[in-house]
Amino acid sequence: MLAAPSPVEVEEPDVDEVVDLDRPWVVIVWNDPINLMSYVTFVLQKLFGYSLEKATELMLDVHHKGRAVVSTGPKEKAEMDVFRLHEHGLWATMQQD
Amino acid sequence: MGLLRRGPFRARRDGSVEVLLGDDERRVLGDVVHGFRELLLQPDDPALRRLFPTAHPDDPEADAEWRSLMGDQLLESRFATFDVIERTIRAEALTVDELDAWMQGCNAVRLVLGTRLDVSEDMAPVDEDDPDLGAYALYEFLAWLVDGAVRVLTGDLPPPTQG
Repeated sequence: MLAAPSPVEVEEPDVDEVVDLDRPWVVIVWNDPINLMSYVTFVLQKLFGYSLEKATELMLDVHHKGRAVVSTGPKEKAEMDVFRLHEHGLWATMQQD
Repeated sequence: MGLLRRGPFRARRDGSVEVLLGDDERRVLGDVVHGFRELLLQPDDPALRRLFPTAHPDDPEADAEWRSLMGDQLLESRFATFDVIERTIRAEALTVDELDAWMQGCNAVRLVLGTRLDVSEDMAPVDEDDPDLGAYALYEFLAWLVDGAVRVLTGDLPPPTQG
């Protein structure tokens, strides 16, 4: 017969950490003086499936306000988005919202 | 010569893209890409930093991790675009994917050139006796190629899925 299992110590999850993991990441594109406006608009359409109107709006935000959030989601998705933006020469960073 | 009046690429009905570059223009682009390939192997060049930007500007640890995970992939991806340009530099027509690689490769070279020239958005026209005149001409040539590729590729995008 098996002995009764000894009580297992259950670690209380760290509430902050759980919340932390759930917080989405945002991907930001920053303004730069070199990339063409037409090119930035096209890349946002190509990578994120945005309409021309939405991509143009984001591009103009980057141009006039210096930055725009172009996507949000879990860390892995944000990393892939940043990588693809870097591949296309856009200046992108990610941070937790 | 109406270099800036005509486009460098033209979409054809069969889905391919005609390259409207002359021999001189093809040679210039081929030389630039060839030289750039060697430059990419010298990652200490400060102008190259623009091609490998930080993903986590406020977190050096996360950024170092990012670079070790993604840095080589990014470099490989750039070489792949240059491979396509060099392989098709004499081609009469490109596929859409090849044109996309031309666009990315030309844009990468333009970023480094613009960084070296320290261009700004509200730049005055360059003087004719400026020692960097040739570099500025190349910079504009690459802009013409990138913009021309964007015009053709925009017509080829799938229907939007967002916004």
